[in-house]
Amino acid sequence: MKLFSLQQNPDLFKPATEEEKSQQDVMSESVSFFKDGCRKLMKNPLAVFSIIVLAIIVLAIIFVPIFVPYEYDEMLSVNGKRDKGAKNLAPFTYSELEQEYIDNGGQRFPHIFGTDEQCRDYFIRVIYGTRVSLIVGIFASVIVLIIGVLYGAISGYVGGKADMIMMRIVDIIYALPDMIIIILLSVVFREIITFPSGSLLSRLGTNMVSLFIVYGLLYWVSMARQVRGQILSIKENEYILAAKAIGTKSGRIIKRHILPNCLSVIIISTALQVPSAIFTESYLSFVGLGVSAPMPSLGSLANAAREGLQSYPYKLIFPAIMICLIVLSLNLLGDGLRDAFDPKLKK
Amino acid sequence: MTRYILKRVVLAIITVLIICFITFFAMNSIPGGPFNKEKALSPATVAALNARYNLDKPIPQQFALYMKGVLHGDFGVSLKNGREITDIIKESFPISAKLGLIAVTIALVAGTVFGSIAALFRNKWPDRVIVFLSTLFTSMPSFVLATLLLLVFCIRLGWFPVWGNEEVSYFLPVLSLAAYPMAYTTRLAKTSMLDALSQDYIRTANAKGVAKWKVIFKHALRNSLIPVITYAGPEIAYIITGSMVVETIFTVGGIGSKFVTAITNRDYTMIMATTIFLATLMVVANLLVDIVYKLVDPRINYD
Repeated sequence: MKLFSLQQNPDLFKPATEEEKSQQDVMSESVSFFKDGCRKLMKNPLAVFSIIVLAIIVLAIIFVPIFVPYEYDEMLSVNGKRDKGAKNLAPFTYSELEQEYIDNGGQRFPHIFGTDEQCRDYFIRVIYGTRVSLIVGIFASVIVLIIGVLYGAISGYVGGKADMIMMRIVDIIYALPDMIIIILLSVVFREIITFPSGSLLSRLGTNMVSLFIVYGLLYWVSMARQVRGQILSIKENEYILAAKAIGTKSGRIIKRHILPNCLSVIIISTALQVPSAIFTESYLSFVGLGVSAPMPSLGSLANAAREGLQSYPYKLIFPAIMICLIVLSLNLLGDGLRDAFDPKLKK
Repeated sequence: MTRYILKRVVLAIITVLIICFITFFAMNSIPGGPFNKEKALSPATVAALNARYNLDKPIPQQFALYMKGVLHGDFGVSLKNGREITDIIKESFPISAKLGLIAVTIALVAGTVFGSIAALFRNKWPDRVIVFLSTLFTSMPSFVLATLLLLVFCIRLGWFPVWGNEEVSYFLPVLSLAAYPMAYTTRLAKTSMLDALSQDYIRTANAKGVAKWKVIFKHALRNSLIPVITYAGPEIAYIITGSMVVETIFTVGGIGSKFVTAITNRDYTMIMATTIFLATLMVVANLLVDIVYKLVDPRINYD
């Protein structure tokens, strides 16, 4: 019977034809994890919308100050003379002095959002406020990112007793009410710290520095917890064991296998940290512990607008819309990133 | 269970002690004594005042004395108006507590209801409206919402008095306080309701022919409530900090607005007292939420 014959069928050992070879070619490029995530992100209309909004805002805060001939702390003047009539102008209106100047053939840049009670152009103040709020938000998130990832990675990778002690510390910090501690430290720091005048820190003010310090002290804990949890679960995976079994060095294991798997968690929580920091900053500005005058932030602008709310409601509306727009787009982007990059949600 | 509760209580006590410690030493690191006023006092008077308020003793002993006072409900006197801080807290806290409790309840109940509706009508118009509104409200700081409500309903429409302590004036503060946690709870409840609805036991119940509302209320809703309860802790913390802003805007004389006034006035003893009081409140609230969570869901094991 042929079934039991040891003789091989020579047909099976013929060289493959060109047609057969081409079947083995991969038709599409291999898709990396990152590319796959980006493609999914681009398919999410809300995420794309928020990326566009954020891009417009970032371009605006970079380029608008170049085109608008006013400064955020400049009290308006016409021909070198203080224009005292330019107080609380409505959007797109001119003061008497400016109108006279224009009638005589002069050029005057319109006050797109009007002016404030100290005769300053409100549009440029809102733009600078956005700049300050965004910088504060991003800087605070970077602090959280660095400390949280380092702490979580060490705790998760080392494990054992060190891990236990490090996590108890995290538990205690986690239980502290962060907002109240920020307020407390801001109150203290504004009395005991002074910066050399002229530096960026002194212009932002001690309150912002204490915000950063508190973020560095308290806010990193949830990031550290997430990174640690992620590393603990990745460490147990078979591919790590396989990599160890073939003698891969731990540096390469961390770089090639552990870090890329943590990246999604890190990116998502950083993206969601920025709006929370912007919220905190605007909240502190409200309580009177925000950036130092005359530097504006969106929170301090909105707070200052409460004074003349009845007569000039637009002064609240503009910064309020700006805060909502930024936080909304960042939140939507964060959600989109989570949908695109979280491997657990993959179907 | 008892061991778990004990462990949590110990952790909470440690946290409160750390808060007292930070607060006391932070406040003491501010230069200048409380009697450095514009009008210079004679050295003898200052010495007498320092002795009266134990300020002549070493710092650790001052801390011990202060803590002893706090445990007996004595927070000292306000630097600005000389009133007993305990009295101020006693009279302003009930207002805040009422405001906060109403807001917490509304946020949790309405959030769960809206979230469940959104999950049950997934991808239909009620879901879309609810998701849109909850996304909008989670991106609006409470002070912006509160000021906008004040502008629209009090100033423009005149439906509510701008100042006042009558019953009706609680409406807008509660609304602006509850909006963010309500929106957040809605999102949370929606996800967990969807999760619960896709479980096998729901399919079994449906297959057995159990009435639809009974499946939803008895099986799905009860299980979807667990993540919502976890959020109650952060929610209470949010409401306490949010109340500072909302009370200031609507001039409700609660403890939150007293805290903000103390910050602007640099009333350090008052700041110290309110910080310790509010922070302890948050820690206790968190502790209770954790214990309730454990009681509600015996599957969770922390040890």
